[in-house]
Amino acid sequence: MTTVTRRQTFSIAGGVLATVASSATAQAAPIKIGCGMALTGGLAAGGKAALVAYQIWADEVNAKGGLLGRKIELVSYDDQSNPSTVPGIYSKLLDIDKVDVVVSGYATVPTAAAMPLVIQRGKLFLSLFALAINEQFKYDRYFQMQPTGPDSKVEFSRGFFELAGKLTPRPTTVAVVGADAEFSQIALEGARENAKKANMKVVYDRTYPPNNQDFGSIVRAIKATNPDLLYIASYPPDSAGMVRAMHEVGFGARMVGGGMIGLQFAAFKTQLGPMLNNLLAYDLYVPEPTMNFPGVQAFLVKYRERAAAAGVDPLGIYIPPFAYAEMQVLEQAVNAVKSLDDKKLAEYIHANKFSTIVGDIKFGANGEWEESRVLLVQYRGVAGNDIEQFKQPGKQVIVHPPKFQSGELAVPFEPIKK
Amino acid sequence: MIFSLDLFCNAVVAGILLGGFYCAVAVGITIAFGMLDIVNIAHPAFVMAGGFIAYFCNTKFGVDPVLACAIATVPAYIVGRLVYRFYYHAFEKRGEESLQGLAFFFGLLFIIEVGLLLTFGVDYRFVEAAYIGPTIDVGFISIPWRLLVPLLVGLAVTGGIIAFLSRTFIGKAILAVSQDPLALRLVGGNPVKVKEIAFGLSIATAILSGALLIVIQPIEPSMGRDFIGRVFAIAVLGGMTSLPGTIMASMILGVAESLTTTFFGPSWSPAVAFGLLLVTLAAKPAGIMGR
Repeated sequence: MTTVTRRQTFSIAGGVLATVASSATAQAAPIKIGCGMALTGGLAAGGKAALVAYQIWADEVNAKGGLLGRKIELVSYDDQSNPSTVPGIYSKLLDIDKVDVVVSGYATVPTAAAMPLVIQRGKLFLSLFALAINEQFKYDRYFQMQPTGPDSKVEFSRGFFELAGKLTPRPTTVAVVGADAEFSQIALEGARENAKKANMKVVYDRTYPPNNQDFGSIVRAIKATNPDLLYIASYPPDSAGMVRAMHEVGFGARMVGGGMIGLQFAAFKTQLGPMLNNLLAYDLYVPEPTMNFPGVQAFLVKYRERAAAAGVDPLGIYIPPFAYAEMQVLEQAVNAVKSLDDKKLAEYIHANKFSTIVGDIKFGANGEWEESRVLLVQYRGVAGNDIEQFKQPGKQVIVHPPKFQSGELAVPFEPIKK
Repeated sequence: MIFSLDLFCNAVVAGILLGGFYCAVAVGITIAFGMLDIVNIAHPAFVMAGGFIAYFCNTKFGVDPVLACAIATVPAYIVGRLVYRFYYHAFEKRGEESLQGLAFFFGLLFIIEVGLLLTFGVDYRFVEAAYIGPTIDVGFISIPWRLLVPLLVGLAVTGGIIAFLSRTFIGKAILAVSQDPLALRLVGGNPVKVKEIAFGLSIATAILSGALLIVIQPIEPSMGRDFIGRVFAIAVLGGMTSLPGTIMASMILGVAESLTTTFFGPSWSPAVAFGLLLVTLAAKPAGIMGR
């Protein structure tokens, strides 16, 4: 008969306990990351693409064993691009779903709607493309992924006016036009300030209502003022309307474009094709040699594999890399402080630099990027409507800022119809 | 403000072109809301459905967007009749069409929107056609083909429906049901069947106007809601039951918006257009051609 000594008994018990503990770790509750996201409505094109990027990150982290040994679980609800739904969504995320971390939905208005509740609960809040909202809230646990820098309003159009100031002969008149909506209003305010600094006369300064279809009349009125420059701050359908109307009316100027949303998406690039040549547009990432950050190409390959099934932008160079980088910031901070404590995470994010697929990020005191990195790109040599050309360098040349510049500014912008 | 004959003439022409598109969208509302007393707030969602039919046929098979939707008006007419039949049995027959009927069309609006979203995704969609891009120049007036085609189609459809209503037995029955359904019943007509046909016609026009919208600008599933206010305003301004009134109201609104955009700034254009609506209704409560 085999006898089991007291020492052996403790040893077996210890082994069993270790096995149970290890199994418990493997099955530890997942880290829940919650957000409201625009999956329907006007912001859905950006929201759905961002969610695809979050999921790619979560799948990668889970494949590596999770974060702090826990799997990642994304919990998201459709905010319908409607800010009135947002407070309810974040209450549910925090009180019922008991998420560990909350991040914002896509764009300024839904993010602003979530802020009061997030501040009340003292949560860390990483936001995605919310323009200058912390100027009002001044919340020290807020961090914004859009690289507009500490003074977003002015930075947005700074490159456009800096380049204009270097032209010979120097331009003296500018027309500014944009939509009657939050982003455009802020961008136009900045453009007016920059025009004033550059000592340029604003000869046309108008906004148009959302759902406007008559861009021809706007362009004719601008043409009548004969400006040297035209700065446009538009939303997607308007951007297409303005570009088409300029070519139909036969409007040209030395520099045209600036803050046009929509041109960053594949559908607009391919549809407008050669009409884009010499047009200037703000952007955040383009496939130029000066922006070849580690990991970005591999991410884009994964994103493009999933884009068709998700019904989102097939190019994915605008929002998705920044959404993925947002999660990289969170991942690096959690790994460094080894905790999900909101205060510790916020302190760490404030104090450190992060290496991401969109480059190194250092946040400033107000949670915006310490240095602006808004790109001013110029479309060049666009021929036909093939999407592949926009995946290659040389079609969206970076003309500002100098650190990422990949080509010189070409002037003027001329309509196809003379 | 800079004024020139060139600007003025171009603004008037641009307004007429825009009015043609408004007319194409509003004609279905005039039939449903004005003639049949059905507050079909899902109408813009049917317009978007038309836009996506045009997009699908254009990108998959290379079919002209307007032609694709012209063909699609046949199944759309049948769908419209079925929708009315359901609406009649569920609400109108029981006298519950006011609030419940409104809720029904709200629901239908969201179902169509979500259906489009799940089928086509959330991205903006464009179409390609030979008339998107080129312009015709007549002296100093330039006319973009992508706005001229919607004007011509809008006027042709409205003209066709006016002829149908005034020259055919069914058409006259539709006009009769809009004036007095009981009288129609007394002379042996079936108001329910007549309304069913008219509602089918209204949905068919919505589908066709979707093609015109995507020719003018890129579309995404939820943008139809932006048009609700404007198209109902046109139907009211025109006189509710009058299709010639709808044409006039569309043109007036289009030209007013375009002149305001050109000379006073585009942000004033909705205020001027709706101000015009208020003034007209104050002077003539039945609308321009209302009785």
